[in-house]
Amino acid sequence: MTSGPVVTAEPVMTTAAANTAAAGSAGAAGADTIVDAGTRGVGADVGRPDGVPKVQGRFAFSSDLWADDFLWGHTLRSPHASANIRGIDIGPALATAGVHAVLLADDVPGCITYGLEHGDQPALANGQVRYVGEPVALVAADHPDVARRAAEAIVVDYEVTDPLIDAEAAPDAAPIHPDGNVIRELIIRHGDLDSSGEVTVEGIYEVGMQDQAFMGPESGLALPDEDGGVELFVSTQWLHVDREQVAACLGIDEEKVRITLAGVGGAFGAREDLSLQVHLCMLALHTGKPVKMVYSRDESFYGHVHRHPAKMWYRHHADRDGRLVKVEARIVLDGGAYASSSGAVIANASCFAAGPYKVPAAHIVGLAVRTNNPPCGAMRGFGAVQTCFAHESQMDKLAAALGMDPVELRLINALDSGDRLITGQVITGTFPVAEVIRQCAGAPVPDIPPSDDRRDLPGGSGRTTNAADTVRGTGFAVGFKNLMFSEGYDDYSSAACRVADGVATVTCACAEVGQGFVTLAQQIARTELGVDEVILAPAQTATIGSAGSSSASRQTWMSGGAVQAACRAVRVQILADVAADWGVSPDGLVLRDGLVVSLDGQQEALLAQITAGTGYEADVEYHHAPTEALDENGQGNAHVSFACAAHRVVADVDPDLGLVRIRDITTAQDVGRILNPTQAVGQIEGGTAQGVGLALMEEIVLDNGIVRNASFTDYVIPTTLDMPDVTIAAWVEEPEPNAPYGAKGIGEPPTISSSAAVAAAVRAATGLPLPRIPIRPADIALARNEVQQ
Amino acid sequence: MSDVVVARSLDEAREALAHQPDATVLAGGTDLMVEINRGLRRPRHVVGVAQVPELRRWHIADNRVVVGAGVTYTEMMTTALADAAPALAQAARTVGSPPIRNAGTLGGNLGTASPAGDTLPVLAALNAEIVVTGPDGERRMGLDDFVVGVKQTSLRPGELIVAAELDRPTGRQEFLKIGPRNAMVISMAGLALVADHDARTVRCALGAVAAGIPRAREAEAWVAEQIDWASGAGVDDGVADEFGQRVAAASSPIDDHRSTAAYRRHAVAVLATRALKRAFSSGEAGDA
Repeated sequence: MTSGPVVTAEPVMTTAAANTAAAGSAGAAGADTIVDAGTRGVGADVGRPDGVPKVQGRFAFSSDLWADDFLWGHTLRSPHASANIRGIDIGPALATAGVHAVLLADDVPGCITYGLEHGDQPALANGQVRYVGEPVALVAADHPDVARRAAEAIVVDYEVTDPLIDAEAAPDAAPIHPDGNVIRELIIRHGDLDSSGEVTVEGIYEVGMQDQAFMGPESGLALPDEDGGVELFVSTQWLHVDREQVAACLGIDEEKVRITLAGVGGAFGAREDLSLQVHLCMLALHTGKPVKMVYSRDESFYGHVHRHPAKMWYRHHADRDGRLVKVEARIVLDGGAYASSSGAVIANASCFAAGPYKVPAAHIVGLAVRTNNPPCGAMRGFGAVQTCFAHESQMDKLAAALGMDPVELRLINALDSGDRLITGQVITGTFPVAEVIRQCAGAPVPDIPPSDDRRDLPGGSGRTTNAADTVRGTGFAVGFKNLMFSEGYDDYSSAACRVADGVATVTCACAEVGQGFVTLAQQIARTELGVDEVILAPAQTATIGSAGSSSASRQTWMSGGAVQAACRAVRVQILADVAADWGVSPDGLVLRDGLVVSLDGQQEALLAQITAGTGYEADVEYHHAPTEALDENGQGNAHVSFACAAHRVVADVDPDLGLVRIRDITTAQDVGRILNPTQAVGQIEGGTAQGVGLALMEEIVLDNGIVRNASFTDYVIPTTLDMPDVTIAAWVEEPEPNAPYGAKGIGEPPTISSSAAVAAAVRAATGLPLPRIPIRPADIALARNEVQQ
Repeated sequence: MSDVVVARSLDEAREALAHQPDATVLAGGTDLMVEINRGLRRPRHVVGVAQVPELRRWHIADNRVVVGAGVTYTEMMTTALADAAPALAQAARTVGSPPIRNAGTLGGNLGTASPAGDTLPVLAALNAEIVVTGPDGERRMGLDDFVVGVKQTSLRPGELIVAAELDRPTGRQEFLKIGPRNAMVISMAGLALVADHDARTVRCALGAVAAGIPRAREAEAWVAEQIDWASGAGVDDGVADEFGQRVAAASSPIDDHRSTAAYRRHAVAVLATRALKRAFSSGEAGDA
């Protein structure tokens, strides 16, 4: 490949730039050339610009925003999962000293509803509430406590009705929303559905409701503008889709809603949907003053969507040699009260339901339904997490039925480039599933002797367990998902680059949510332009087009691609001017070390001089290859690219108490190309920890639609005594042909297979079926008791 | 919105409470501030006692360990106090994270009086006397008389917890606690067990499995008869298992969002069996 990664569709980026890049491979930025790690370009271990400030507490998060004479907003939320609102008396609240506004559904100036896929969610409850925590009224006051107390003084007359809380009953239950109770049903019919295998295994699996558990609660600041518009500083994952929805609810032009990314304290999918964006803008426009909101920790649990709880029935068919013949599944996801991204989540759950395996025939019924439980939507792994737990549990069950080694079973069925998915799509990019499995499973199993140190034992600091009380098990799992949005969605990204006085300025609205785009954008500009100093302009809607969402493992590829293309377009301009000046061909020139250099070594000039005074700039849109919708049989080329990961987990289990201590996690991942090793490690460790949490402890506990554990006291995530160091056996680097620098997104795969591998290890240790995650102590201890009796 | 008095001596604290008997006492704030921040409590009057030196001390008197109400969990773990009351140190180690343990105090754990209060089973097993002072002078009572319900104490208006006085038995002490992860947890079930070789008794108390902090007195009496105190031999498995069952009978757990009654009852039996074996084994005492 000589012409380098070419922008797949749109105009601004020219192939000339790509060619120039290839020509410049003698030391400067070649198309697929990763520069020396000694520099600070692509491939180097460059530290995060926001790293030190975050560690030192100097980084300004969205909760740190401040403006002169601002008001505090507060949201009154429904205490009921299902109720009609007969009336609301805001009189006592409005009469409270210090209160500037109390707003209700009638005060929403534009469209009352919003939503990522369907506008089915009211900005404020409109005569009816459908989940506990649904926003009902807004208050702005001069002190947060005044706002909170005024909200408590609002009298809402609820007529409480029975909530619909059983997802499996939802399709046949009376509709709880005008759009009905089925958000999406997706059926995949692939291959010969009459086929059957000599060996079949069947199971029913369940996944609890996980929370993204980011550290920085929802927060933002809105300032009214003189032109009737509003400026909003907020932590979000996608500025432009926020703008679109906010403008519609406010009933004003999108250009009048100017959104700037404020410091984001984690996202993991929970900031894809609107939370307080419309509310802040309504209060600011109504009062004419800046308004700030910060959700409390418990409110945050009501303020964003969660990972869909799942119930999944599976039947696998295989021949005697272990080759998969057919996979049948029925997947029910509880979408909660509003659609959010449930349609795309059930698509992922269904498309990847059989795992990264060659499956000649598949019949998958995927159902995302509406209930009066809290709304569910995007979370790292996006539907693939739930089905990975099921398909990997099935693969282990199948291996046991066949008397086969579970890793060998996976290897003989592993998908590869050129193979077909159950959606009929042929994988055209790299997809080294077998190599990922081999690298992970083949890594030496660390010799971990039983320890008497309580910290290494199940129960940890609780001193519950002696080494003699434990049994050890090893589990293995592999999972995959798509990169970028699917089913025909054109989730392009925009970027601009300007070089003046030898300094590059990159503008992109990509939301930095912790994934490290700010580092990567600078690395890309250095590599493409041979500069050291790169300024990253603020991410905002007013200065640049959409970057798409910081989700779907897509920003390294999409916004990375946009930045690369913008930088290359500027490089073409610069080299063309210099070439004309020097009377040489631009093909003989490169940018490096702050210089324009001719490859023959005859001439060089300072980039700072050449770009003094006058700036070179380019503004590009970067698109991935187009995809198509799924047909009535769930068939079609719906996805852009795929990435997989495998995990092997060694766990010590105290079966009598049902407690678990993971002793080792080893992983391998299909990464395409590593662009920043430390950041890659961070994604893999963090993603794995989130999977460990789902496997063993993280669950929103519901009681009739009410969240019983809306706090970090009772919604627990892994500590250092729950999460061992992660051994990365290998980054499997097979560059993806159409991806910038060959790099695949790496944020989600670690979360997909880790939960399944933990569950497998606990099963191996206990011999129990454990069909549900999180595995609670009682699921082990009491099940074992029953078996013994 | 609240008035706050920061007391710098026990007299000042007493005086402030005499003046505002319904004041809320604030020590480390690891319970109170959480409730205030969540809007569950809005105390009008607060008396801060974190800077009362008399409460921050501990000492041994008449072979009793006297622990001031202001002694923090970290201090329970790291000073010679850990040698004087090992199970207290073990329980303290299970509380929260280091910042929480640096702030939270024994008096706070008592004052909150949660069934899940980690030091409370230890206090019960060590026959603690709770010392309080107030308008009626000093009062002393056992834990049973101090904790009278879920998050309810018999403290009277204007009274302040001063100290807890603990036995110092010759024998092993064990605290075990189960949570939903391996550190920084609220107890799903906890247990303290103390062997007293002089008195030839075993004392065992339970946390998070009843409205109060029950002592498993029937099981204690039964097992004391089973142990060969003279030889110091360990307990056999049959005795340990039956002890576990008898201890579990002293629990009256409930289902809640943290766990189920069935699991808690089962877990208490396992914890009791293990604690007894440890207390009468010849091995090391184990870390905290």
